[in-house]
Amino acid sequence: MINTAVELAGIKLKNPVLTASGTFGYGYEYARFFDLSRLGALVVKTLTLEPRKGNPPPRITETPCGMLNAVGLENPGAERFIREILPGLKQYPVPLIVSIAGCSVEEYATMARLMTSAGSIDALEVNISCPNVKAGGIAFGTVPEMAAEVIRVVRLNTDLPIIAKLTPNVTDIAGIAVVVVEAGADAVSLINTVTGMVIDIERRRPVLANQVGGLSGPAIRPIAIRAVWQVYRAVKVPIIGMGGIMEARDAIEFMLAGARAVAVGTANLVNPLAADNVVRGIEEYLASHGISDVNELVGAAHGKED
Amino acid sequence: MSFIVEAEIIHNHKVAEGCYSLAFRAPEIAESAQPGQFVHLRCSRTFDPLLRRPLGIQGIDRRDGLVKVLYQVVGKGTGLLSGFEPGSRVNVLGPLGCGFTLPAGARRVALIAGGLGIAPLCFLYETLAEQRIEAVVFHGVRSAGQALAPDLLPPVADRVLMAADDGSLGYHGSVVKLFETYAGQEPFDFFFAAGPSPMLRALSIVAKEYHLPGEVSLEERMGCGIGACLCCNCRTRGEDGWRYSRVCADGPVFPVEEVVWP
Ligand SMILES: Cc1cc2nc3c(=O)[nH]c(=O)nc-3n(C[C@H](O)[C@H](O)[C@H](O)COP(=O)(O)OP(=O)(O)OC[C@H]3O[C@@H](n4cnc5c(N)ncnc54)[C@H](O)[C@@H]3O)c2cc1C
Ligand SMILES: Cc1cc2nc3c(=O)[nH]c(=O)nc-3n(C[C@H](O)[C@H](O)[C@H](O)COP(=O)(O)O)c2cc1C
Ligand code: FES
Repeated sequence: MINTAVELAGIKLKNPVLTASGTFGYGYEYARFFDLSRLGALVVKTLTLEPRKGNPPPRITETPCGMLNAVGLENPGAERFIREILPGLKQYPVPLIVSIAGCSVEEYATMARLMTSAGSIDALEVNISCPNVKAGGIAFGTVPEMAAEVIRVVRLNTDLPIIAKLTPNVTDIAGIAVVVVEAGADAVSLINTVTGMVIDIERRRPVLANQVGGLSGPAIRPIAIRAVWQVYRAVKVPIIGMGGIMEARDAIEFMLAGARAVAVGTANLVNPLAADNVVRGIEEYLASHGISDVNELVGAAHGKED
Repeated sequence: MSFIVEAEIIHNHKVAEGCYSLAFRAPEIAESAQPGQFVHLRCSRTFDPLLRRPLGIQGIDRRDGLVKVLYQVVGKGTGLLSGFEPGSRVNVLGPLGCGFTLPAGARRVALIAGGLGIAPLCFLYETLAEQRIEAVVFHGVRSAGQALAPDLLPPVADRVLMAADDGSLGYHGSVVKLFETYAGQEPFDFFFAAGPSPMLRALSIVAKEYHLPGEVSLEERMGCGIGACLCCNCRTRGEDGWRYSRVCADGPVFPVEEVVWP
């Protein structure tokens, strides 16, 4: 018997494969392509307290082996999510992780309370890439004190496991990981998109209406692998690794770097079956390499030290 | 219902300046496709380009399980696609989106196409013909070289009025202007249009003037094509004036009065 189950912040997952927030909608868009209970857990699009319209079009453009997006956290808001979407999500027998964001520390606190009392949510992923309106629009996740403050108030407002989602757009991601864990995060997920830009040389203007966007896809994988590697050495909590996972081999690379679980993101846009294929591919890898427990992969590339 | 099919290519050849006709075997898609829906194609086996490309369905052959599209080579993805050989396979996701809705009681409709906007309207024309709804087709191209040979558009061929921006074929000027010269004289109950956004916008103004209801098929850059990533937004009428809709899942076809033009 091969074990594919992993434990993440107290939740037991049947396998280490999650969906990356924002790339899998609210799940039902993909339920017509495969059985969502095949997944380790479902992570839905980031929610904010009030509905958000998001950015004007165009919101995406392609780059070699990657894409830039500037969706701008379009979402129906907490209330409509709880009333209209959450009841449908409950029908899938798969752990549910809800991603929350806010433009102020208070908004994160309110979101944590609302989602906790909504019930049937297994964990909160705290997206700290959102700009802090009070601090002049600097993303919470880029300043250690601000990142820690958000996690601290979320901790005070929920008894659900907290996953802090980290941005790679910092000089020292391991340093941020350390402070959010001290502040109460039970796990960390990384990386969010890498900020970038494309200019149309005919129009001589940025392609995206928002000018800058977040780069995702295979192009960012080495950055993400490096980030997971560094964070693994800095904190003891489980890591959810993501960034350009297109197939099982990529997921395994993340696990070897130190990820306990992985999330499939942009690949879902290219192939709706991508996440399911990664689940199957990991099983095949374990079988063909005579590995009896997927947990043996976690951090294995670090070798034996001390 | 949508499907992911490794479809065998039946043909893929040039039919006009920079324009290709592609047919592939995908019985599941052919079985359920409706006019106005699109397919989302991978143009490479590698991750460069990474995303799929949306193309409107030009026609289907249910008996042989074939799906046809018409595409213009404009960049990397369509450029690579034009090199796919018959007998090889293309990865297709579809049919996707909400297609055209036939208005109850319509007897005579106008189909207005800019460039390869003609593709989804060919499919629609066939359906209208089956329902004995009379359709007049207005097709605008930049120049005669982009016009398609009549045998490529079998169902449309006998009812098509051409316009070329450079005057090299048919009416000299935009297809919207051509349509306007008819709209005043001939009674249409409804119109359907597909093409570049500026053309559709101009058409919406003309249609409003003549109190002509209709539907337009919009284009926007797409990620998933299935409504999940929110990358393909367009403005439509909503609660506080306007809201964003998803071209891939709420459209690509929208009632003209619902679109808030950029
Ligand atoms: C619903 C729908 C139906 C379409 N039907 C047809 C059709 O029947 N025939 C046809 O020739 N073209 C059609 N298009 C446009 C077609 O998708 C683009 O021309 C094509 O994606 C260009 O890809 P590229 O790599 O060659 O160009 P590039 O310019 O290199 O593409 C770069 C990126 O921009 C996107 N993009 C570029 N132009 C468009 C566009 N006009 N609309 C949406 N995305 C775009 C591409 O998908 C890609 O992600 C349709 C678009 C939509 C949204
Ligand atoms: C279209 C799109 C939308 C995204 N939306 C969110 C979001 O709402 N919240 C979030 O935390 N991350 C969001 N992300 C980031 C992904 O969850 C993921 O961290 C990142 O894309 C890297 O993984 P990938 O390369 O596999 O896509 C989004 C990414 C994409 C491509
Ligand atoms: S392309 Fe993803 S929502 Fe339309």
